[in-house]
Amino acid sequence: MSIVFYLLAALTVAGGLAAMLLKNTVHCALALTVAFAGLALLFLNLDAQFAGFAQILVYIGAVAILVVFAILLTKGSETPKDGVFSRSWLAGLAIAAAVFAVLGWAVLQSVRVLPHETAVPTVTVQQIGVALVGRYVLPLEIVAVLLTSALIGAVIVAMHEKVGHENEEQK
Amino acid sequence: MTPLAGYLLVAALLFSIGLAGALTRRNAILVLIGIELMLNAANLNLIAFWRYGPHPEALTGMMFAIFSIAVAAAEAAVGLGLVIQIHRHAKTTDLDQMNKMKG
Repeated sequence: MSIVFYLLAALTVAGGLAAMLLKNTVHCALALTVAFAGLALLFLNLDAQFAGFAQILVYIGAVAILVVFAILLTKGSETPKDGVFSRSWLAGLAIAAAVFAVLGWAVLQSVRVLPHETAVPTVTVQQIGVALVGRYVLPLEIVAVLLTSALIGAVIVAMHEKVGHENEEQK
Repeated sequence: MTPLAGYLLVAALLFSIGLAGALTRRNAILVLIGIELMLNAANLNLIAFWRYGPHPEALTGMMFAIFSIAVAAAEAAVGLGLVIQIHRHAKTTDLDQMNKMKG
């Protein structure tokens, strides 16, 4: 376990905690970006360069920007007067703590059988591309269809229903 | 402690933080952020198992993580579009106030 791992893990967890605890929603989105960046650096630390850069491009470049746009479009940056947490926050916290306890217990119980340090795998982007259009070509096509339908669906869902408004005005 | 166990513990912690946020926050956008954190924690597990697994050259975990990133992007786009539409309809993103199924 290197010092780099501990630093990146602390950065990621701190970003995630801040994203879930801060009051101002815009600050939450910025903390989320920090958590995504920490995760991308953890991927790079795991010698998964392609996944790390895909994480930076997709999450920091697209998802974080989408979240900021949604916050600005919904006036979500105004902090509500009666707190940012729901009435049943204690139950939610208890469930999350129980889940972490079970996951942590399972990991610590299986430490003996987990593999130790292995040789660094040498995976080039060319190998990933060949695998994507070879063995994994069917999932790739399905993801292409999924992304297209999600694009069209998101636009249709978020679009103004002008026809409906005109009907209501006529009534 | 092996390196893999450290990554798994970080992923478990991040998953729990995301779950706690998704269950306790009142703003619908922050619930979506919590779900994104949970998805990312799962991705970290996949990459860690790929790195320390017996056959990294088969690229199984890496491919799973890449497809998971693509699906998460689609999920975020549709989810945020839904939140914007709900805000336009109900004038709020507070989940505690969304207690009607009929507009």
